[in-house]
Order: sequence, then structure tokens, then C-alpha cells
Amino acid sequence: MSRDAILGAIRQSLGRPELSTDAKRGLNEHITKHRANVIPARAKGARADLLQRFQEMVEAVSCTVEHVSDEAAVPGAVAEYLRANNLPTQLTLAPDAWLSGLDWDSQSLLESKSGPAGIDDVVSVTPAFAGVAETGTLVALSGAGHPTTLNFVPDYHVVALKTSQVVGAYEEVWDRLRQANEQGHGFAMPRTVNMITGPSRTADIALTIELGAHGPRSLHIVLIDDEKAPG
Amino acid sequence: MAKAAKVAGSRAMEFMKPGAFKDNARNALADDNLRSAMAMLNAGMIPNRQGAVDRLPEFNLLSQRGRELKDHVLGHLDYYLERFERNCKAAGGQVHWCSTAEDARQAVLKICRSVDAKSVTKGKSMVAEEIHLNQFLEQHEIEPVETDLGEYIIQLAEEPPSHIIGPAIHKTKDQVSDLFLKHHAKLGRTERQTEPPALVNEAREILRKKYFDADVGITGANYLIAETGSSIIVTNEGNGDLTQTLPKIHIVITSLEKVVPTLEDATTFLRILARSATGQDFSAYTTISTGPRRDGDVDGPEEYHVILLDNGRSAMLGSEVHDMLRCIKCGACINHCPVYQSVGGHTYGTVYVGPMGAVLSPALLGVAETKHLPCASTLCGRCEEVCPVSIPLPKLLRQWRARAFEAGDTPQLERWGLSIWAFFARRPWLYGIGARLAMRGLAWLGRERGRLRKLWFAGGWTDGRDLPAPEGRTFQERWRQQQQQQQRQEQHGGGAV
Amino acid sequence: MANQSSKTINVGLFATCLVDLFRPTVGFAAARLIEDAGGTVHVPEQTCCGQPAYNSGDNRNARAIARSVIESFKNFDYVVVPSGSCGGMIATHYPELFSDDPEWGGQARALAAKTFELTAFMADVMKTTTSRAVYDGTATYHDACAGLRELGVRDQPRELLAAVENLDVVEMAETEACCGFGGTFCVKYGEISTDIVSRKTANVVRTGADLLLAGDLGCLLNIAGRLKREGSSVQVRHVAEVLAGMTDDVPAIGEGGENGESRESGGV
Repeated sequence: MSRDAILGAIRQSLGRPELSTDAKRGLNEHITKHRANVIPARAKGARADLLQRFQEMVEAVSCTVEHVSDEAAVPGAVAEYLRANNLPTQLTLAPDAWLSGLDWDSQSLLESKSGPAGIDDVVSVTPAFAGVAETGTLVALSGAGHPTTLNFVPDYHVVALKTSQVVGAYEEVWDRLRQANEQGHGFAMPRTVNMITGPSRTADIALTIELGAHGPRSLHIVLIDDEKAPG
Repeated sequence: MAKAAKVAGSRAMEFMKPGAFKDNARNALADDNLRSAMAMLNAGMIPNRQGAVDRLPEFNLLSQRGRELKDHVLGHLDYYLERFERNCKAAGGQVHWCSTAEDARQAVLKICRSVDAKSVTKGKSMVAEEIHLNQFLEQHEIEPVETDLGEYIIQLAEEPPSHIIGPAIHKTKDQVSDLFLKHHAKLGRTERQTEPPALVNEAREILRKKYFDADVGITGANYLIAETGSSIIVTNEGNGDLTQTLPKIHIVITSLEKVVPTLEDATTFLRILARSATGQDFSAYTTISTGPRRDGDVDGPEEYHVILLDNGRSAMLGSEVHDMLRCIKCGACINHCPVYQSVGGHTYGTVYVGPMGAVLSPALLGVAETKHLPCASTLCGRCEEVCPVSIPLPKLLRQWRARAFEAGDTPQLERWGLSIWAFFARRPWLYGIGARLAMRGLAWLGRERGRLRKLWFAGGWTDGRDLPAPEGRTFQERWRQQQQQQQRQEQHGGGAV
Repeated sequence: MANQSSKTINVGLFATCLVDLFRPTVGFAAARLIEDAGGTVHVPEQTCCGQPAYNSGDNRNARAIARSVIESFKNFDYVVVPSGSCGGMIATHYPELFSDDPEWGGQARALAAKTFELTAFMADVMKTTTSRAVYDGTATYHDACAGLRELGVRDQPRELLAAVENLDVVEMAETEACCGFGGTFCVKYGEISTDIVSRKTANVVRTGADLLLAGDLGCLLNIAGRLKREGSSVQVRHVAEVLAGMTDDVPAIGEGGENGESRESGGV
């Protein structure tokens, strides 16, 4: 009822009836082609420059970054991060096959559980889908292996990211997302795509920026160099 | 739910009196707390935006493209909304088309009742404010829990938002400390916190359980994407994400003009939104939500509902104020408005404030009810200058003024004044005589010091300023005299003077 | 009218009602500047540009007044206005007023194309860069909103002031912030207007300048009125007065009178 009323009111205001099939085809093309608009220069550049920019951008929004040369070093890097910051050693791991398949057992002091976040969880460790150099943004998808609550509930969020996942512009993420989901069934969005740029913050009290409003107080990135460029 | 304690939404309604603009302004100008809070706008948000814009050489190009995209969508709004609906449903979502605010309220209520909801967490949504959702939920024994820190603060204060981005921007730090002590003491927080980190932390801890207990989570949407049937929220705190992920049901409440065609198009807007709103390159959390949780997901809502509200937007299409539908609700115009800086948001008595509110509110609430809003502006144009989608706000304000004038809504004294002025302005001879008389009179009145402290019919001016006295004779009078003298000299003297 | 020789540049001076009524010296200063720049000045019979009616939504009267301005000024090579807001009214809003009128629309656009604010005319059209004026002191400059945003007037007055001997110009904070005049706004919403102008005067005083200049008499009357009420000794003048070297011809705005202050070297 309201649907017809609203669509009718829109058409009446625009002074035309429902669009013709041809017109709709043209509009459909805009959607199916999904062309990128202006992409800023800061989102482009040589690989080394982009990785450098990613580092600068994430640090500018109060992330901390640690570089490791191999994914095997991730559990150790996480353990060290928790120790250095006097954080509890209980962590919630995303059930992601790759992440949980790393050698967490080697870190005897760490107690890890796997699954979505519980209300009292303090530390979470998750993978990411991509990192965007343009603004130092991490992209996380919802899914069986990477529950969304792990990005928001715990106080301290650690993300294990590979340099091969770092792209320049957000548009490259959409390209990857469309490919990743196609799998012969057509593109399907996950329930949530989180674009995360630094830890939680607010300026609602006296316009002073404070971290840790409701989401994580800090965001730590363990960056795995899996591109191994020569030189 | 304790009735007495849960009336914030209803109490906030008492502020919604746009007709009381002048009285509100007077009170605001005398409110020292408000003035010190407003002073921070100039110190912070304005240079922050400029800095962000300066750091992105492509900003103007993106802004232009954003404007084009909005114009394109508005011209094909029916198509894009239908496309959005189709894809939203394909992802398992439900779309509710609501012509009026009441339709939207009833739709929300029905969804809440379906799960016997007792409490509802809310992310910041201006459309939810527009339909006065909190008051409605309270009346139906459902507790709305504001989670955005600014909205939480004003909920405690029982006030409406005073800014579309920073709802509690009118509160000083001390006022927040007092509010928290007053309301959190019964929860065991008996120590008055004074520093922002401690205040933020206290709110964080208190709201944590509320997120998990809520049956329904309601957010707004900065954008809807037709291509994927998704909604986007742009936040910094993470409250919007906790609100939409933990409860059984996620309701998005938004208005028709928010839809954009593709992910790439949404990205263009995302590049200009945070920069215009807060001076950030990107907000901490920008989340694209599509449908309920999928098979295999271990968290996320079981139901996803999108409330599409019209409430006057379809009527704005194709009208004189059509361009206002481009608005991406960044708040830049509000921050830069000299009137807003002086009197703050509550003076307007409407949900949407500042320049964008002065153009949008008459469309939503009617010209007569909001007659002060388009008039209380110097038309300085700063708003249009900083609008990332180039809305010609001064022109639209003038259009409302013309509408009011044609409808006879302009105050009588003003109409007479204008008629008299126009009468003289169209008769130069009479104008000249009147001017010479009036200016000699004023010059004489101000002869002692070259200015007047008081002018009986111009109290609006002289209450706060002196009125400089005119020189006495008018320019045209002296010019003609000079011309005549020169002619006479040329006739008599011949040759150069 | 003067000879239509190929060298004569006939300029219609639209003085503006505020200049005409309150401060004729500005009109004479504008005339001198136009003549120095090479124009021949004409002052046809005039009253108002119609902006009060236009801004109040009275489009009928605004059009009626606009038509008489268009008629009176249509035959000049240029129309020059010592005001950004009246200049903007003619140059940007007249075409809008007649956008649906084929006959007057064309005329409005023609007039708009040759209408300039005074300093823009001098710097951009006549390319005047030198000045014969001398002024001992420090000035700060307020950018009037309409001139700035409708006509792009910002660099021109500063370029011209830079050529005035002995004059230092210091920029105030927020030079582009509105002064709160806004035509009828300052009377209708007087308290808010007073608050806005107080922010402006605070910025003016903070520069330490002894003189405030601008290109719009509305702004100047407003800011001067507030400065005087605050007891400030900062003087206020229209930029044309300084550029034309006519600051001895008239006391600063809101000064003079039998018991009032005036510049030491001149007086009334």
C-alpha cells in the first residue's frame, strides 16, 4: 500500500510515469558495470609506497603495527604484545581455518578460546579481508570463521594481516570481494563488511577525542610480509 | 520498566517549538555553558574540516561527482529504491515502505512486538529523532537505550539533539560530569568523574550489558546501496555495530533519498562525508550491512528490517527545494553558520538545525510552523561554500521566504516597511526628497558624536550597537550640485578649471 | 552624455542606497578612483538595487525595482558598485529574478556581465596597480560575504591597499566570517546579530590595527556601531576612502560631530 503510494508520489513529483524498459536497462548497466569514480592519488603508487602509506595511515589513527617475516611468528608476536602491555593472556581467536591453524600451542602462556565474543572477553585476535592504504583501513567480513562481534566487543583487538592483502584504494577491495564471492553463484555480500580505521573513539564530550568509546580501546596489527620482494 | 524514569523522549519533546525561536535565542545568548561549548566549534570542527579538505587534492572533484550522483539518483529515485528492495530481499532482508512518521512508528512497534521486546538499543539516527521514536516506544512500555555517547548524554538530560553529528555538543564537560553522577549513582558509581577519559569509560562500562540484553537494535543509515541491497552506517564509537550485531533483530530506519547505485558510488560519498563532518579522512567504523546473519554465521541478527520513510521527501522532488534532497547529513553547514554558532541547536526547536534544518524543516513541518527558520539568516553563504554536494542553501532559504511572503505569512510590520521602501525606490524624485529629509534629521540627531545610541524604531540595532550618523546631504544631491557647478564654470570660465 | 570617442570608457556609478544616504564621500571616492583608472563617471538617477525586497521574498517589488535599474544603467560600458552585496544583487541575482522572462532575462544578463564591484573593477578590469594615496597606520580588512562568495572579491582590495604608501595591512582571524549585518536580519534578529558582530569586533581588536576597512557600507556601519558601543578607538572606513586618499574629507564612520573624535591631522 504505502509502497505504491510512495512510488506513485515519486513519479508524480518527477512528472513522469514508471520508466520504460529501455531506460531501466540503461540504469541497470550503470549498476552492473559499477565503474569506479575518482580515485585519489594517495590510493595509488608503487607497492613499496603503498605499504609505507598503509603504515603511516594506521599509525596516524592510533594503531600499533608489528612486522613479522613469517606467519608462524604470529602467535609469538601476539603473546609478546600482550605481555608488553600488561594485558591478560586469555584471548578469543576467530575460528578462521588459517588463523587457528597457526601454532598457538607454542605459546604456553596463552589461553585461547574460539568463537564469537562473550561479554567479558578482553582480547580478540582476528584475520582481515584486506587493508586499504588510502586511509589505513582494515576490512573485515562477517562469516563462520570471523564473527563480527570479535571486532567490537573485546577491549583489545589484534588483527593478523598479510601485506599481500594490502591494497591502495577501497575499490580494489570491492573487486576482490566480488571475485571471492562469485564462486559460480553470483556475487553475494556477507552480512557485514566492517571498514575499521583505528580503535573506537568519540569526541562527544567537550569535543576532546577519547579512544575506547564502545568498541576496542586499541587496535594492534601484526603485519606478515608474505610478498617477499627482492632487495 | 519504571515509568517515571523512562520519559526522556517525552520530555525532550518540550523543546520542539520552532515558533519560539526568538525567545529560545534570547535564552541561548544568556546561557554561559552553551556559549563556552559553542566556542569550541570555531576552535575545533572548522579548522579540522579545512585541514582534511586541504590534505586531499581530489576533494573538489569528488564533491562534484557526489553532486552529479545525487542528482542522477533523485531523477530516478523510484528505480533505485525498487532495485534496493529487490536486492535487500534477496539477501533475506525485509523492506517496509512508510509514507508518514506514524506509519514508521507502527512498523517499528510491530517488529518489536513480534519478539516481545523489552529494550531496544539505538545507534544515532536523525530519522528516528524526526519521527520521535523514543517517546513512542516509551509510551508502549519499550525502553529505548541510546548508545551513541552524545545521544546517551542527551537522553540522560531529557533533551533533544542540538546537532546532527554531535548531539550533545551544547554540553560542557562539567555538565556531563554532573549528569553522570546524577544518573549513575544508583548503579554504584558514586564518584564524580571530571576527565573525559574517565567519563567515556564510565559510559562504556554501563552500556556494555545493555547491548547484550537488548532484544532489538535500531540504527540509521547514511547510505543504502541499490546494487547489493545494503545499508551503511558511518560511526566512530562502535556503538552502532554492537547495536546491530548483538540483538535478535536489526532495524534500519532511514529516508528515501539515501539510496546510491553501487558500492563504488557509495565509496565516493564516503570519501567526502567524514572529511566534511569531523575532519577525519575516514570514520573509525564504516559498516556495510546486508540482510540477517547467513547460514554458518555464529553471530549477527536473525532478522534485518529496513524502514523506508517518505514523510515529505517525495513532495520535495521536483519542487523548488528539490536540491535539498542531495544532503548527506554531514553537518558542515551547521558548524560554519554564524547564527548557529551564536544560539546553538535547541533554539531552532526542530530535529534538523542550522542551515540544512532551516531548509528541510519547512518541507517536513510546514512553512507556517517554522517561519523563523529561513528568516533567521544573514544569507552569508558560508554554508553553501562548505556543502560537499553544493546545495544552494541561501537560494533555498530565499525561496521559503518568498513562499511565506506570497502566503501572507511575513509579519505585517515588515510587509509595510518593504512596501513603503519599494514605493519610494520606484519613484526617484520622491525618494530623493524623503532621503534628504530623513538624512538631515538623522545627522542632526547624531550631531554631537557622529552617532546615535538610541533610535526609537530601530531597537533591534541600537540595543547592541551605536548607529553611525549620516553625513547629512545625500550623494546624489551633492553630485548633481557638483555637476551643475562644473557646468557653470565651463560656461563662464571656458577652458580648464 | 560624454563624447562616444573610442577611448572613452563610460562607467555608470551605482552608489548604493547606503552610500547615497549615509556616506556620500564613498561615492566621491569611488568616482575619483574610476576616473583615475581611466573611466568617465556618470551617475544616473537611482534609488536602490532591490535587495531588501528580494531577500524578504517580495519578488514582485524586487523585479519592479530591478527593471528601473536595468533601464537606467543599460547603456554604459561598465557599471561599478562600491559594494559587494549590491554588486552581487545586480550581477548574480538579477538574471535569476528574470530567468523565466525572455525579454528582461536577456537585459538582466547583459547588465550583469558588465557590473563590477569597485576594487574588482580597478584590479581586474582596469588593471590599476598603483596608487597616489598615502596613509600612516595599520589596517585590517573584513571580507564582506556577498562580495567574497558571489563576486570573488578577496585579493583585489588587498592588492590595491598594498600600493598605498605607509599603510600596513594585517589580517584578522576569520576574515571571511560574517559580520552579522545581513540587511533586515540585523534589526529583525538584533540580539543574534549583536552577538555575531561581537565576534567580529573581537577579531578586529586582536589585530592591533588602528583602522578597519571593508568594501561594503552595511558591514561597516554594523561593525563600527559595535566598536563604538564597546568604546573601541579603532577607526572604520570604506576601503575606497583610503584608496582615493580622501580620509581627510570625512571623519571615520561613527565619529566626528561637534563633540566627537576625528583624525588629528584633518578633522571635519
